[in-house]
Amino acid sequence: MSDHSGSRPSGFDRRTFMAGAAGSALVPLAARAAAEEARAPVAQDPALPVDVTLRVNGKDKRLSLDARTTVLDALREHLKLTGSKKGCDHGQCGACTVLIGDRRVVSCLTLALAAEGQEITTIEGLATNDRLHPMQQAFVDNDAFQCGYCTPGQIMSAIACVKEGHAGTDADIREYMSGNICRCAAYPNIVAAVKQAAPDIMKG
Amino acid sequence: MRPFSYQRATDPDMAVQALSAAAAANNPLTRATSQPLAGGTTLIDLMKLDVMRPAAIVDINPLAQGWSAIEPGGEHLRLGALAKMSDVATHDDIQRNYPVIANSLKLAASAQLRNMATLGGNVMQRTRCNYFRDVSYENCNKRNPGSGCAAMDGVNRMHAVLGTSDQCIATYPGDFAQALIALDATVEVTGRSGTRSMPFADLHKAPGNTPEIETTLQPGDLISAFVIPGRWPRSVYLKARDRQSYEFALSAAAVALDVQDGTIRDARVALGGVATVPWRAREAEAQLKGQKFDDGLAQRAADAAFAEAKGRQHNSFKIALGKRVVVRALQQAVMMEI
Repeated sequence: MSDHSGSRPSGFDRRTFMAGAAGSALVPLAARAAAEEARAPVAQDPALPVDVTLRVNGKDKRLSLDARTTVLDALREHLKLTGSKKGCDHGQCGACTVLIGDRRVVSCLTLALAAEGQEITTIEGLATNDRLHPMQQAFVDNDAFQCGYCTPGQIMSAIACVKEGHAGTDADIREYMSGNICRCAAYPNIVAAVKQAAPDIMKG
Repeated sequence: MRPFSYQRATDPDMAVQALSAAAAANNPLTRATSQPLAGGTTLIDLMKLDVMRPAAIVDINPLAQGWSAIEPGGEHLRLGALAKMSDVATHDDIQRNYPVIANSLKLAASAQLRNMATLGGNVMQRTRCNYFRDVSYENCNKRNPGSGCAAMDGVNRMHAVLGTSDQCIATYPGDFAQALIALDATVEVTGRSGTRSMPFADLHKAPGNTPEIETTLQPGDLISAFVIPGRWPRSVYLKARDRQSYEFALSAAAVALDVQDGTIRDARVALGGVATVPWRAREAEAQLKGQKFDDGLAQRAADAAFAEAKGRQHNSFKIALGKRVVVRALQQAVMMEI
């Protein structure tokens, strides 16, 4: 599942190549990060990055971020956790859904600075060792995707949907999963996956 | 997105002070250079679109400890402004005694957005008018006062038929506000001169000649709570839209009735998706009060609600649809077993 396990024989894939190729463009930003005085309680200089510690999948991550950075961009661009996807970037498609605390939210409309001190769970934080989370397994078993782009958001949303008690009927699942758009229209299989995983998740 | 400075307010005074700092610029609240951040579902979206351009953001989420309580009492219901939509929508007391409130929240947005958005931010959300949201259109009187209105003769299927002016026909997009205005809620505002209360009906301003002024709040004002008098177990929020879920209203009705021995003692009707502001249909209420319910009465109330409606090229269907929504909401409210 991990994109950064380094297990590929060449140690070199499309994503690491792209990141390397873009590296030169990042230099001016990195140079700015040297500034020490950028800390939060009073209004900070918008030109300077801000130190922030995000707790992601149980680990504290210290970052120096432009105040504009969303949780989604912090995950993808700064922590290389690219499981959460950027679809619309306006809170309309659900591809970026993560859990903050036990709540599902769209990470594209959540400022990283506003998420400091809260537990963020992403798709990368679900599996234990090589064992998929029941909802991940249910999506595989039910063929609940085609292209897969919306799937990490669907799975995060589906876990919360079950825990909220909104997976009792097909109609409930459809209503409470409506914030996750699937352009391939795998909806019937997504409903089946949520139904399959629900009892396991409710058992804890 | 343009750069901004970020500041976290740990108590109300600090928030009010930080938000008032820019007040001297004499901008209306919608264009104030300092904006409060709660759920962020409107603000961050509109900043990405370059529609809102604050130089400073004041994160008021740390105030949630004091400002997010849900307090149903015998006399009235008090809702903290930083309560999340999802928490209020699923609260047992609200579902039982104020179904119009619970359903207005449940039928809005998506599960994710309801987990983020707060009640205060919800009533302050900005219109979904495409010409307002797309800055490549110069002419938007709400965004650029005096520039004209591209929606008047543009694609205006989603636009308002009530409360419009020759300057703006943008629809007020929310749902919860209709429940509040129908139930005679008051809104509690914390600002530079302390905390004050006013009728929720006085919060929003119809566009008139100043569509850029959307509310009576000033920079530095924060909504801290809503108070709803009485209990309204016989109440309904009915929402008609292009999709079954996760869509703004084409037409919606908030209806609350007090029926005793078959006679309507009190009736509240408010309309969503069809007006520029949360819209109380008092003409409809006047038709209903003191009467025995039948379908003819519901139709007369619906006709009264839309008597002053003005359609444009693409949105006249909302008048016919809106009346049907009112009729059906009234029928549903009468049929409720409470």
